[in-house]
Amino acid sequence: MEIFWIGLIAATLRVATPLVYGTLGELFCERAGVLNLGIEGTMFFGAFTGFAVAKITGNPWLGLLAAVLGGMLAGLLMAFFSVRLGVNQHVSGLGITLLLQAVSLFFFRLIFGEPTIPPSTEPFQRVSLFGNLPVLGPIFEQYLLTYVAILLIPIAAWVIYRTNFGLNIRAVGENPEAADAAGINVYRTRYLALMIGGGLMSVGGAFLSIAQLGAFTFGIIAGRGWVCIALIIFANWIPSRVLLGALLFGGIFALQLRLQTTIVVDLPYEFFLALPYVATIVALAIAGRNATGPAAMLKPYKRE
Amino acid sequence: MLKLKLERVPAPVWFRPLIPLLAILATFLITSILVVLAKANPLEAYYNFLVTPLSNRVSALETLVKGTPLLLTGAAVTIAFASGYWNIGAEGQLYAGAVAAAWLGPLLGNFPPVVAILIMLAGGFIAGVLWALIPALLKVTLAVDEVVTTLLMNSIIMFIVSFLLNGPWRDPVSGWPQSPQIAASAMLPKLVPRSRLHVGFIVALLMIAVVWFILSRTSFGLRMRATGLGKEAAQFMGVNISFTMLMAALISGGIAGLAGVSEVAGIHFHLIDAISPGYGYSGIVAATLGGLNPIGVGLAALFIGLIDTGAQSVSRALGVPVFLGNIVQGTLLLVTLGMFLLQNYRLRRVK
Amino acid sequence: MLAVQMRGITKRFGPLVANDHIDFELEQGEVHALLGENGAGKTTLMRILYGLYHADEGDIVVNGDPVHISSPKDAIAKRIGMVSQHFTLVQPFTVTENVVLGYNPGMTLDPKATQRSVLEASKRYGVDVKPDAIVRHLSVGECQRVEILKALYRNASVLIMDEPTAVLVPQEVDVLFESLERLRKEGLSVIFISHKLNEVMTICDRITVLRDGKKIGTVNKQDTGERELARMMVGRETFGVSRDESAECSSIPVLSLENVSALDKKGLIALKDVSLQVCEGEILGIAGVSGNGQSELGRVLAGILKPTLGKIILGDQDITDYDPIQYTQAGVGRIPEDRHSGLVEELSVAENLALEHLGDFTKNGMLDKNRIREQAEQLIQEFQIKAKPTDRCRTLSGGNLQKVILARVISRQPRLMIASQPTRGLDVGATEYVRKWLLEERARGAAVLLISEDLEEVISLSDRIAIMYEGRIVGTFFTRNTSREQLGLLMAGAQEESNA
Repeated sequence: MEIFWIGLIAATLRVATPLVYGTLGELFCERAGVLNLGIEGTMFFGAFTGFAVAKITGNPWLGLLAAVLGGMLAGLLMAFFSVRLGVNQHVSGLGITLLLQAVSLFFFRLIFGEPTIPPSTEPFQRVSLFGNLPVLGPIFEQYLLTYVAILLIPIAAWVIYRTNFGLNIRAVGENPEAADAAGINVYRTRYLALMIGGGLMSVGGAFLSIAQLGAFTFGIIAGRGWVCIALIIFANWIPSRVLLGALLFGGIFALQLRLQTTIVVDLPYEFFLALPYVATIVALAIAGRNATGPAAMLKPYKRE
Repeated sequence: MLKLKLERVPAPVWFRPLIPLLAILATFLITSILVVLAKANPLEAYYNFLVTPLSNRVSALETLVKGTPLLLTGAAVTIAFASGYWNIGAEGQLYAGAVAAAWLGPLLGNFPPVVAILIMLAGGFIAGVLWALIPALLKVTLAVDEVVTTLLMNSIIMFIVSFLLNGPWRDPVSGWPQSPQIAASAMLPKLVPRSRLHVGFIVALLMIAVVWFILSRTSFGLRMRATGLGKEAAQFMGVNISFTMLMAALISGGIAGLAGVSEVAGIHFHLIDAISPGYGYSGIVAATLGGLNPIGVGLAALFIGLIDTGAQSVSRALGVPVFLGNIVQGTLLLVTLGMFLLQNYRLRRVK
Repeated sequence: MLAVQMRGITKRFGPLVANDHIDFELEQGEVHALLGENGAGKTTLMRILYGLYHADEGDIVVNGDPVHISSPKDAIAKRIGMVSQHFTLVQPFTVTENVVLGYNPGMTLDPKATQRSVLEASKRYGVDVKPDAIVRHLSVGECQRVEILKALYRNASVLIMDEPTAVLVPQEVDVLFESLERLRKEGLSVIFISHKLNEVMTICDRITVLRDGKKIGTVNKQDTGERELARMMVGRETFGVSRDESAECSSIPVLSLENVSALDKKGLIALKDVSLQVCEGEILGIAGVSGNGQSELGRVLAGILKPTLGKIILGDQDITDYDPIQYTQAGVGRIPEDRHSGLVEELSVAENLALEHLGDFTKNGMLDKNRIREQAEQLIQEFQIKAKPTDRCRTLSGGNLQKVILARVISRQPRLMIASQPTRGLDVGATEYVRKWLLEERARGAAVLLISEDLEEVISLSDRIAIMYEGRIVGTFFTRNTSREQLGLLMAGAQEESNA
């Protein structure tokens, strides 16, 4: 029985990892006042870029680097449309998701063709934190990226609450006029936030392809980007709560996987999969008018 | 020397309809880079995209087949966006309609075809309305952002579909995750023999016409447009913003549901989980490209259908991955968005 | 040495001369008031000093050195700070975060260190703030102190305050004045923009009065009094009767407000116990400096702001809880304060003309396009609107937009017309046009409530004038029985009197 719980916790951490990266990335964007619906496409793009470079060069680290750069580029593109041009953020974000997904698929086909066996690459190895612990062992045998994800939470919190850059991001997301009056470059701050966000989201996707799977499949992201959008609201835009939310979602997902194989339950596993989404809608309804996030989100800033 | 200056003054009226054309041109220019990377000739590629599909009967009809669900989701998105309601959930509402069609379909064997089809359409519409209801209510009563809620509903219905197809509706014989076949009387008849073009296409054109009619000919439509273009002023002039948005959201959901019926009853005759490769999202592309003008959206939807068909031709003939079509769609959306800004500017000669 | 010297400052906005060769001098350690009505040019002059505007002519000397101030950053570098009427504070931030935003050295933000630093500054300057308080929860007076501290933290030696007491309750005003006294002793020089005579006489050493963009004069407090200042502010002339002598207000008033109170957008009390009546065939003008509740009065009478207390009666109907549609159906014509929130700009002229009464243009749920077009053509001709029915309102000039709104309202022959700032931002021709129509409506027998910050306009059009000050009606007069001087005094809060 203990094996069940140990396995569950270990799996939860693993499943939560891409959610943490994606949500933290979106956090930076939204805190700066931009709703980035390009997240689903950016994660997909990160998964593809990471995999492709890792496979071609044989070095997963280079793949990771490529994913980060690709994500930053995606962020830059979003910034161009939503900040510089000031177009509707919902539609431009969706456009970027569509575009990045299409680009990834295009290049995948171009580079790898249509093989019968999906191409694979040597994935990252798991790293054992404390050597082979007798009982709790599996929990501490995670991918490096998972440990990094957990560390990123306090780092992100530190950046947002304890640096001038973070203060600027928050100011720009709440009241860009006040920030402008204080001498802060609103455009530049938003550009940077979007690039950082894009890079993080991308790593979330790359984790799935170069760590967990060692391969790239078309369904690799499967709506995780949208989960992150929901998670941010759940977490009330606070980094520490992001971890909580990601673990919760991850836990439910890991749970239903286990329930399928170990215990016979009457409820279909899709019920558990859908549960976090339903929970988010309920949370949104309860929060009501308070779940609006940074005050200047969705409003492009134009200096009078 | 001709010196020009960009002034922040509204552009001449004739410029507006030109924008989609300029956007298409710019998109093709940008995406030709990818064609070159795929070691093909851009001009040939675009020939294959735009001309080849129309050059023979089979593929010309196929573009209309591909255009059918796009016309419907395009119409659905248009009426919502025009009222200021950001319905990103057309994909999910489509699936809701498909579920309704798959459920009703097998039960209608004893009805005459006309009745059966009407029941299917009504059922799909209602299912779409119901699926759009929760986000719409949350928006008008609690001001909850409809973008997030409609996106979440999209994901939830996929789980429901998966459950149904892998559980109670799974084909007992083959084990495939597909629902029981719908009754013959519930199938949408073909418009043209030996093609896949079915009555759904007529329904789709009808819906575009209906949306056009509502928005431009009815009083309620004027109130919808006022709400979408100037909420505060509309309220000042006495328009009930909440009610208007709610209606727009529900009608939008219903029309998207019809797209699901169209695919189940006209093409596949079962429910499968891949019934929509993103028609709901492509509807947003069509709505944007068409500038939220139903006629324009209709043309845009058919254009996207053309591109989808053409992409396959490009792939077959030139070996360029078929996903070029999707890239064109995404690029087109972004370029169009950017270009619509141009209607706020006018080029003036500097003396 | 003079702290600040502004010489020959001239600033034009198109044909409007906002500042006309103004000379202004600020001595060190003095509190100097800049007094005038709306549009006198006070805020423009100070925005030039703070680098938000650039003067067309003239120069500025700070502490003996000629300077070129092209942005707030320059002004701050020259130790000039400004506290504007609309606070630029980030609501969810703490006081400390707001104070140090954009002015914190290094990369990191140490909450304890910055809080200490802010606390020190707070003590040193005698400006009482709680460094760890969240701005959203602060009162208006506390917010203002944060804004003041922001300027002082950046080492300001000259502080410009734009209508600082406009948003404060009396107790907070006292606290503010105490702070200013303390700061002045430290050597701070203050420029105090205001229209309130009693406060100016309390806190300031010298007063410079502006009117219509020109400097009227600078006086020492001891050498003057409220009456003289009011005269300088609004001018000496009494006015003649420029419209026909009309009958007194006869029987039942058309509009009756009884003890109406309402809140503004921030939840503060904007209308306090307002009672007034408008009769048939008369224009009641609401005079006052903007920001004293006029906006809220206009919005309440448009049906978009619900009063918290009191009753609104139209004829014999209680319309207190009516919404916009009910207002228009009851025969109330509304001209909104902001043209742009009364018209959907992306829709056509014809559509905007029809929207308020869409029921009349609907046949079986469908738009009767012929009728809509006919009405539009008729109104365009009758009201000389320079546009075609199909033109989008976005392309119309301000004057034409106002004509559309007027046409929409007047074509219904309303019993009551509520006109909020009807000529704001319009050129001479359009202004004349609007005023002509208001008089014609009056002649037709409609009751007209005219809310305007243009005192000239109020005087020349109204039969009776009510003055609003700090959300209250502080006096109601027959126009022919009052004078500019009296109006100016009341608008500036000087005395309370009524005879009508």
